[in-house]
Amino acid sequence: MPIKTVINAAGRSVPLEINGKPAIPFKGVGKHKPEGRKYSPPIPTCSDFPDDGNKVVSSLEEALRKCGLSDGMTISTHHHLRDGDLISNKVFELASEMGVKDLVWFPSASFPCNDPVIKYLDDGTINRIEGSMNGPLGRYVSEGKMKGTAVLRSHGGRVQAIQDGEVRIDIAVLAAPTSDSYGNAKGTGGTSACGVLGYAKADYIYASKVIVVTDNLVDLPCFPMEIEGNYVDYVVVVDKIGLPEKIVSGTTQITRSPDRLLIAELTASFLEKSGILKDGVTMQAGAGGTSLAIAVFVHQILKNKGWKSKFGFGGSTKYMVKMLEEGQMGYILDAQVFDLDAVKSVENNPNHIPYSVFNAYNYHSKGNLTSMMDIMILGATEVDLNFNGNVVTHSDGYLLHGIGGWQNCLHARNVILPIPLFRDRIPVIVDEVTTLCGPGELIDVIITERGIAINPLRKDLIESVKSSGLPLLTLKELKDKAEEICGIPQKPQFEEEIVAVVKWVDGTVIDVVRKIKTG
Amino acid sequence: MKKSIAAAGNYGPKVRSDCEISLEITSDGGVRIDLTSKVQVLYGESIKSLVTEVLDFFGIKNAIVTIKDSGALPFVLAARLESAVKQLISTDLEYLPELLKENSYSTTRDRFRFSRLYLPGNSPGLMINAGLHSADGIILDLEDSVAPEKKDEARILVRNALRRIDFCGAERMVRINQGERGLSDLHFVIPHNVNLVLVPKCESEDYIRQVDNEISEIKKKFNLNNPVFLMPIIESALGIEHSFEIACACDNVVAIAIGLEDYTTDLGVTRTIEGTESFYARTRLVVAARAAGIQPIDSVFSDVADMGALKQNVMNSKSLGFEGMGCIHPRQIPVIRQGFSPDETEIAKSKKIVQAFETAKLKGLGVVALGSKMIDPPVVARAQKIIDLAIRLNLLSGDWISEVQS
Repeated sequence: MPIKTVINAAGRSVPLEINGKPAIPFKGVGKHKPEGRKYSPPIPTCSDFPDDGNKVVSSLEEALRKCGLSDGMTISTHHHLRDGDLISNKVFELASEMGVKDLVWFPSASFPCNDPVIKYLDDGTINRIEGSMNGPLGRYVSEGKMKGTAVLRSHGGRVQAIQDGEVRIDIAVLAAPTSDSYGNAKGTGGTSACGVLGYAKADYIYASKVIVVTDNLVDLPCFPMEIEGNYVDYVVVVDKIGLPEKIVSGTTQITRSPDRLLIAELTASFLEKSGILKDGVTMQAGAGGTSLAIAVFVHQILKNKGWKSKFGFGGSTKYMVKMLEEGQMGYILDAQVFDLDAVKSVENNPNHIPYSVFNAYNYHSKGNLTSMMDIMILGATEVDLNFNGNVVTHSDGYLLHGIGGWQNCLHARNVILPIPLFRDRIPVIVDEVTTLCGPGELIDVIITERGIAINPLRKDLIESVKSSGLPLLTLKELKDKAEEICGIPQKPQFEEEIVAVVKWVDGTVIDVVRKIKTG
Repeated sequence: MKKSIAAAGNYGPKVRSDCEISLEITSDGGVRIDLTSKVQVLYGESIKSLVTEVLDFFGIKNAIVTIKDSGALPFVLAARLESAVKQLISTDLEYLPELLKENSYSTTRDRFRFSRLYLPGNSPGLMINAGLHSADGIILDLEDSVAPEKKDEARILVRNALRRIDFCGAERMVRINQGERGLSDLHFVIPHNVNLVLVPKCESEDYIRQVDNEISEIKKKFNLNNPVFLMPIIESALGIEHSFEIACACDNVVAIAIGLEDYTTDLGVTRTIEGTESFYARTRLVVAARAAGIQPIDSVFSDVADMGALKQNVMNSKSLGFEGMGCIHPRQIPVIRQGFSPDETEIAKSKKIVQAFETAKLKGLGVVALGSKMIDPPVVARAQKIIDLAIRLNLLSGDWISEVQS
């Protein structure tokens, strides 16, 4: 029987039920306010744990057995080991050997190194992934091959789902670069340092069972305790939790593409001329080549003007670290670390501070950091004429990326999307986004190599740059330019079947991804 | 006898915005298209209908077309297919994409030519956004950046690019090949509004005249009125010895450039950053150009990563009397432009001259004087040019004269 759908507040047809559980359609930004109390895990008793505090067991398999791994459970992992993660796949390899079925994998993000889990989706070990999907995994899901329906959430949405009990983690398997035998753990030290472990926080506090897996066991106390041992059930020591060269880039590099540099330059110029960039500014930019170039140009402007950014929010890179070290930034608050310079900095610089998603992105927190940010630099695969944004699917309809913190970051004061007008003939500005991830009311400025479009809702910004000489156009004009060059694209064809749902930051369903029509 | 299967274009892991098309003309079965494209979902149908249209244009009813596409724009697809067609059949037909209306402008002989960006003539990926980087000129190169076996297909691609790429006001330039091939290159490009032709490895004034005559013939045939200027490039000892004659070869020569890679090779020396080995050649060229009343233009600087050294090179070049240089990467453009653009002293001096001229005009005086010095009209014109440029470069307000007077 087909699942009942309804048109949500964004005009998208969404299901009222996902994976057998009721779902709430998107109601509008800030409209959904659940009542009741937060979800809580079972109450443990300390006398059940060894008096000497040593929770080390012989293997991950033993730990999983002791946690009672069984059919239908939800298993969570974090993504701080990025593309060098050796633990997530191992969990499902063991589960498959143990004959366990229908697990839900709930990662904070997945990477190309996780493609082998396709095997465990095929053999029924995993029912579905509730997290990001890209590359071959995205293709697999888009072609309707996954048994359950994927659920895509933002980093903040993931914490929200954990806190309001929408997702109940049975076992959190948390890789830690350094841990003691009690389970106090951190993101630095050892050979697999990833800097911080902020994305694991909700997992270890709310999961029924917590396993810490490390390749660097130290004497108690492991300090600072990013994971507190009192939440941890078992500690497993392995040879290697990750491949260091893939955990962080040795070094992140600004783009060399002249066209991307042009966009970055135009963005910095916009920030300066609009007055958004000022002494005491707060900002966040990603680790993509264009974002890094913007950081470099912004740094130069701050230097020239003698200004200082109050703080920057990481993902941190060497470019942000440079601002901190050279005095153009007061603090880095950091949820994840992208390169070795940033790892070193978070370890040694007291003004480079690990910062959890609770404080930054979470819908069920009493306020959050993103709404305090002046400058937010984000990307998108598509933007439509109403400024709506898509980050999860490609224009050809295939799942391409996770949401990451993107939706959460839309709450910043000035959300700026520097994007090329087209990528290899694929126009970025479309009539209507293939998948709606962020409502246009939250997206302020689109900056392309061929012009800048400001959301008509931001009359103040339009006013501030009207005589700046910057190339200001409407989105429609930009779209027409792209289509004159590239031609008018056809639309991808979809089946009825829903393969993934996209959650808004509050847990409501903002859109769905349907199965690609092949052949 | 002609081949039965032909191929054109480029495809590979590093190639973007291009395609490789292979074409086999068959005797029956209609047109069959085997398309592999990264934009299949979005443009599959449009690519197929373009292919059918082009083949139809050349009267080909039966063919097998295999396309491997990495996001080629329509003008690129059409060029690649036409190149394949022309390897199989003899035809004078040309499948011309519509000329962008933005591309029909002409230029003047004395416009600034600080930076001119070289683009390899067979690499469409680099052409698409080239106009956005504000170079004074953009060169579609048919000569050294194109592999010998790709020369024919590059001509067709460059022809289509001249019609479809928005040059955003940059002077539209083409570098032709040497000798006979260079003369025949002209037939592919001149009808599509080229503003300036670069003539490489130039050693004689005769060849420049041949090029100029050939262009005149083509202009006559197509009834074209826009001027087509020439910039000979001197790249050998013999060329340097003949530089003044070359500079004076015909009226359309507006600038003369030096190519130091080949020049130093000809001399048997190594090219250095300091450039002592080419000092004589460069000053000789500057003098020849000045004597002929045209612009002397410096060679490209090939280390695209070292902006500091580039800046030094530009300052050096400007001090020798050059008025511009070539770029091989868009990021070099702002450094070069800034280096060659007027500095504060020049602007201040020009303001005084122009002001004196305006005052003299108001008073109805025939002679312009600044202090006790008489000022010749070309000096005024030159000063006005510096002022115009300073305004264009945002170094001076467009309304500076009333600001000065008030």
